[in-house]
Amino acid sequence: MSTTENDPVPAAPLLSVDHLVVEYPSKKFRAKPFRALTDINITIGRGETLGLVGESGSGKTTLGRAVLGLAPVTGGKIIFEGKDISHATRRQRRTLSRDLQVVFQDPYTSLNPALEIGAILAEPLGVQGMEQTAAKKRVKELLDQVGLPSDAIHRLPREFSGGQRQRVAIARALALSPKLIVCDEPVSALDLSTQARVLDLFLQIQKDTGVSYLFVSHDLDVVRHISHRVAVMYHGEIVEQGPADVVTRDPEHPYTQRLLLASPVPDPDRQEQRRADRHRLLEIQRHQKEQAGAVA
Amino acid sequence: MSDSVETAAVAAPAPGTSTQPAPTHTGQSGTVVRSTVLRRLFKNPLGIVAMAILLVISLLAVLAPVLAPFEENYSNIAKTLAAPDSVNILGTDSAGRDVWSRLLFGAQLTLLSALLCAGVAIAIGLPAGLIAGYYAGKFEAVSNWVVSILMSLPGLIVLLTIRAAFGPSVWISMIAFGILISPSYFRLTRTAVQSVRNELYVDAARVSGLSDWSIIARHIFSVVRAPIIIQTAAIAGVAIAIQSGLEFLGLGDPSKATWGVMLSEGFKNVYLTPTLLFWPALAMALTIGGLVLLGNAIRDALEDGEKIKHRKKKATLEGSTAAPAAARPSRKSVAAVDAGTEHHLVKVTNLGVGYPQADGSIKKVVDDVSFHVDRGEILGIVGESGSGKSQTAFSILGLLPDNARIVAGSIQFDGNYTVAPGEELVSQARLSKLRGRRISYIPQEPMSNLDPAFTIGYQLVTPMVRVLGIAKEEARKRALKLLTDVGITNPERTFNAYPHEVSGGMAQRVLIAGAISCEPDLVIADEPTTALDVTVQADVLDLLRELQQRLNIGVILVTHNFGVVADLCDRVAVMQNGRLVEEGSVRDILRNPKEPYTRTLLASMLEGKTPMSMLVSRQKEPVA
Repeated sequence: MSTTENDPVPAAPLLSVDHLVVEYPSKKFRAKPFRALTDINITIGRGETLGLVGESGSGKTTLGRAVLGLAPVTGGKIIFEGKDISHATRRQRRTLSRDLQVVFQDPYTSLNPALEIGAILAEPLGVQGMEQTAAKKRVKELLDQVGLPSDAIHRLPREFSGGQRQRVAIARALALSPKLIVCDEPVSALDLSTQARVLDLFLQIQKDTGVSYLFVSHDLDVVRHISHRVAVMYHGEIVEQGPADVVTRDPEHPYTQRLLLASPVPDPDRQEQRRADRHRLLEIQRHQKEQAGAVA
Repeated sequence: MSDSVETAAVAAPAPGTSTQPAPTHTGQSGTVVRSTVLRRLFKNPLGIVAMAILLVISLLAVLAPVLAPFEENYSNIAKTLAAPDSVNILGTDSAGRDVWSRLLFGAQLTLLSALLCAGVAIAIGLPAGLIAGYYAGKFEAVSNWVVSILMSLPGLIVLLTIRAAFGPSVWISMIAFGILISPSYFRLTRTAVQSVRNELYVDAARVSGLSDWSIIARHIFSVVRAPIIIQTAAIAGVAIAIQSGLEFLGLGDPSKATWGVMLSEGFKNVYLTPTLLFWPALAMALTIGGLVLLGNAIRDALEDGEKIKHRKKKATLEGSTAAPAAARPSRKSVAAVDAGTEHHLVKVTNLGVGYPQADGSIKKVVDDVSFHVDRGEILGIVGESGSGKSQTAFSILGLLPDNARIVAGSIQFDGNYTVAPGEELVSQARLSKLRGRRISYIPQEPMSNLDPAFTIGYQLVTPMVRVLGIAKEEARKRALKLLTDVGITNPERTFNAYPHEVSGGMAQRVLIAGAISCEPDLVIADEPTTALDVTVQADVLDLLRELQQRLNIGVILVTHNFGVVADLCDRVAVMQNGRLVEEGSVRDILRNPKEPYTRTLLASMLEGKTPMSMLVSRQKEPVA
């Protein structure tokens, strides 16, 4: 259905985003549009997880939505398997949805409250023209894969807890065995122990299916745990990216340094140490800023 | 609602995969009642009566050619205005036509015209509303214009004009009325669609590649279906009234029998045969009444949740008078607290909080919880959702919902009971003297706890004027100082700002300023940093620590984050499913937890874990 059907070069990354710019038109007449993303460059390889971390309003969610075609691409390119998808039509998206899926943050609004779990999971299968009996079988497999009882098919989302709903959302994303799943804060609405089990599930699925993740989160600990590489966003730009271990332990950018030391550790004495480190860092950064101001 | 199912799965150190127990169990969320709207409709006597009336009238209309003894316009000149007899069971009118027959044929025409009117209105309003709501943009702007024009037209005058132009046709006037009334469907639909347009499940459907039409049909139409049905019941009633009104004025087609024409005929002969007026009026009253009642019954059926709540409240009263009150007589004077415990700022002893259920039982959300907080001390209450940690905090504040009951235990504050043993409600009289003055509260969501209609300054000054009894100017000075104290660099500007003009972190600082404005002894902070960014959270924690040390206040910090606990707390209490699992100094609990549940929680922390390793499955072996 898509225009170019050429095979991707094996070495090429699964997804690459080049100089992406996203702008939202302003509501006011003739006002400058709001620039949500500026010059974003990322790549994700097959079976790889790129963690995207940043504070609220930094544009990390917008980047995920742009990849999914839910945010307006003003400049730059999004290339998925060698094809430019930055302005894909709905028809191309339908083909694309086999390979590109999403898990949203809020498990309470990402499932239609009026549809049974079975219908929710069968939806992407139906779009691809799968037969009903085959779809039913696949739904059972999916429920099994995410650790939900098979009698969930005929129940409504409201009968499930947050963690279980998120499992349903993950099952929906897995339905078509995609190559890339955009995960937009998928564990931040969950309890600690639930979060741990859902993260386990994400890792297990990656191990079993070789899927890639674009994993958006505000929590550096979560991103460190699940990612191969990490990109840090700040005010609509990527300020730092690299191997997870490096970025989350020995960051270069001042913001990442602040972020790292801001997240508290569960031990009073180590936390006191970290607190002191943080205050020292803030002092140094303020100093540097003043000096930079004096020079300029 | 709660993660009790998940939690239960953690607590049980069952080996193997993370299979959950079948969620048939009635945990914190209770049993889920599910029945179809139709079944609920049939349980409602109002609904049954309304449907029965409408069904009978529709049947009579459909079977009119069979049931009616005469043609609608067959007239017997020899027998005008006759009283009911065996031939004309309802009598005859001034032209000698049979009233019963005309009533039946009239039902046909009246009901059909009502249906036509509603049909036209839906056919125009519903698709236009769906498109305008879903796509917004130009179509919405234009259709809003058209709708505004339609709504500003004087309906009756338009109908009279149309009658003059096209002649006395019921159908044409009902089509016109349908167009005139279509804005009500348009607006209803558009508003409903707008509210779900940006829901994540619609986004998910887009990602799946569903076409816009399938998304509207599958995900959006279900939202408008119910209100449309209710609206249609009302509109059909209005259409009958309008149509009959026009014909009553003599603007109808005299060759057709409708209830309006009969009404008009009856009115002319009201002194000779008043019953002529009565029959069509009764038919209209029954039909319109039936439609309105049906609409109400459908609405009730859709809002079944409300009803269960009412029943709950009733059961509460019954339950409270039955068992506990008899066992524990209420006393007017408050007993003195146990000797030797007066020095604790807050002491909670064997507290139980429960919600009476429809079946008379009481569901406990807090069970046998005891702890104390001294001045200058920070106690952390840690737990997952549904653990009862917020309920415990709210019972100290006296802010439990109305139907909550203290089923056991006591709470004392500074040597006096706020909840004495045996009392089952928090005494508002005693607590309102303390709240704001000596006990204050920092909420989780800073934004929703500031009133958007007032400036931040006003919201800080008013409580101080009321509680401390100081002058407005003095309170203003204090508020500005407080804002400086909580680390706001430009207090004057924040003072004059409205809540939407400040960031979340700033709003939380404002609430903290408000919480300490009346110099409390105890601050209860319910997840004070959960809604904030991590860097902002660190700043707010610094602020809380600094203020707490400077003012030497006691703090109860409710949280789910062990990092926050390690940062601030002196002691920790861990709660699970309403029970206090473990309590101790922060170092003991975080380093050497005794209880398996605490260990599970700590094991779920990501800090210090090998990246990409399984968290829960790995930690399963060493337990037991």
